[in-house]
Amino acid sequence: MATQSGALLVDGLTHSYGGELAIQDVSFDIAPGEIVALLGPSGCGKSTVLRAIAGLIQPAQGQIMLAGKHLGGVAARERGIGMVFQNYALFPHLTVEENVAYPLACQHVPKAARKERVRELLALIQLDGFGRRLPRELSGGQQQRVAVARALAASPALLLLDEPFGALDRALRFDLQVEMLRLQKSVGITTLIVTHDQEEAQSLASRLVLMNKGHVEQIDTPSTVYDRPKTLFVNSFIGQANQLRATVVETKAESAVLKLDASGSSLTLARRLDYAVGVRIVLTCRPEQVSVHAAATATSLPARLIVSVPLGPTLVHDLELADGTQVRASQMRSGAAFVPSLGDQVHVTIDADHCHVFPVHSISPSELNKGAKL
Amino acid sequence: MLLLSVVFFATPLGLLLAFSFAGPTGVTLDNFAEFFGDPFNFKVLTNTMRLGFETVIGTTLLGIPIGLFYWHSGRRMRQVVVFLSLIPMLTSNVVRTFAWIVILSRQGPISQALLGLGLTGAPTSLLSTEFGLLLAMVQIDLPLIILPLVAILARTSRQLPEAAEVAGAGHWRILVTVLLPMMLPGLLAGWILVFASTSASYVTQAAIGGARNVYVPQLITRQVGVLFNWPLASAIAMVLLLSTGALLMALALISRHRRLVGHA
Repeated sequence: MATQSGALLVDGLTHSYGGELAIQDVSFDIAPGEIVALLGPSGCGKSTVLRAIAGLIQPAQGQIMLAGKHLGGVAARERGIGMVFQNYALFPHLTVEENVAYPLACQHVPKAARKERVRELLALIQLDGFGRRLPRELSGGQQQRVAVARALAASPALLLLDEPFGALDRALRFDLQVEMLRLQKSVGITTLIVTHDQEEAQSLASRLVLMNKGHVEQIDTPSTVYDRPKTLFVNSFIGQANQLRATVVETKAESAVLKLDASGSSLTLARRLDYAVGVRIVLTCRPEQVSVHAAATATSLPARLIVSVPLGPTLVHDLELADGTQVRASQMRSGAAFVPSLGDQVHVTIDADHCHVFPVHSISPSELNKGAKL
Repeated sequence: MLLLSVVFFATPLGLLLAFSFAGPTGVTLDNFAEFFGDPFNFKVLTNTMRLGFETVIGTTLLGIPIGLFYWHSGRRMRQVVVFLSLIPMLTSNVVRTFAWIVILSRQGPISQALLGLGLTGAPTSLLSTEFGLLLAMVQIDLPLIILPLVAILARTSRQLPEAAEVAGAGHWRILVTVLLPMMLPGLLAGWILVFASTSASYVTQAAIGGARNVYVPQLITRQVGVLFNWPLASAIAMVLLLSTGALLMALALISRHRRLVGHA
């Protein structure tokens, strides 16, 4: 099942709907055989990018190159791209076999070769013997696999997946994601996944393209995106992030001191900070970098425990600081030295080494709300 | 519901059935023998069926493009399409039939246009022709096919033709392999309605078809109103009911094919 996989290059893609800018200057690339996820909240323009690559819309500006070929004036049906639609878009009146054979029929592949290819694909998606069924006679997961088989049928150079697991049960998703990875590896096809689900993106893709409001915010591996977010949006979209307002008090060559709004106490970062003294900033930290203690220490902040939720091996605490700022902390349940109870007055310390600092103007009102929810 | 249908539907139908077997000396098949004994009657029956088929074809040929236009339109335009196709249904069948008499007549717009274009040498009337009747029937029954079509198309995902396009299908292939199969359940429902409506539309058939084009409903009226032969009229009615009923049943069975169930 050799596929001539190609590199995809998207450069400066800009498009607007009815005067409203949907995507602006979106650029990224995918190496042959790589899986990249286009990740962002709904309405961030990721679907527009996908549709532009598929040829379903003509972008106002920008270039798309697949396997070294410009796709500018090429019609969707001549691009040689396989696509799995959000609700699979299987033809309801055609059997599984006929659905999978559809792209081959479009290319006038002889009947015998078509049959052979369909058999091969059904074996690949482990649905041998289901060929005569209609799509509605299959489960959601099976339908999804048929949609993947149809997308791969004509040996495309690129596979596009639009929220491929969105319509499936959570319990099913992980198994199917593993299955999808196996499939992708065995075919070796360049793949672009569009999703709003960060776990899905992280488990499938080798690199993430994070989009927000039509812009690309960061392109990196899943762990880099998590550990070294470039923007506040990325920080709070990938995983959870507490946001604390602070002011820069002192900057030195190898350290900086911040004054936290919530408590008026100061926090020392053991690294250089490129902000001027007096600048207002947002300090972010992951829940696992916040620890809860019974007694106050020099760097701790007083807080009140609002609710605790056991989440698998961890215990997640929602806390409120003195000024009402909400902070989330998580601790391992086993071997915990101190387990606070509801309403307790406790003290939290923040692991200053893993905090991120962003300028205040990078917060939009909606993100403020998101921050407050944490 | 059941009581209503027994009182207002099953009982009259039972009476009709009983009447059709009534003879001067009790139960007989004479009425049916008399109907089929006359080749003219048989021709009227086939003419009625043919008119039904032709109207179905005419409404389909017009309905599919209108359906496709609806499919490709935005929300507002879709409302306009539905509204425009409903308007004819707001006027009474009798009024529409008389409007068609004006349009089809010797001084009507069709005749004048043909004359003006030099296609005909003298004013021609389409009244009392099967073609004229067909034009009127197609216009009158068009909403019956558009409405089920629109109902199907309104809840069909736009992703299907897009999926076909990405898979490599051209416009015609998308039309034949995706859009038309998507429309088929709506078309079948429309065909049932149009055929039933056409074969029973006494007023239009009589007023536009005239005396030269006779259809089964007129035969029945003549037996009842002129010859007072209720048993024969009942027998003719039963024949019409069974022959159109068989066709409609066939269409209904097709629409229960497993590939057509549960679309969209």
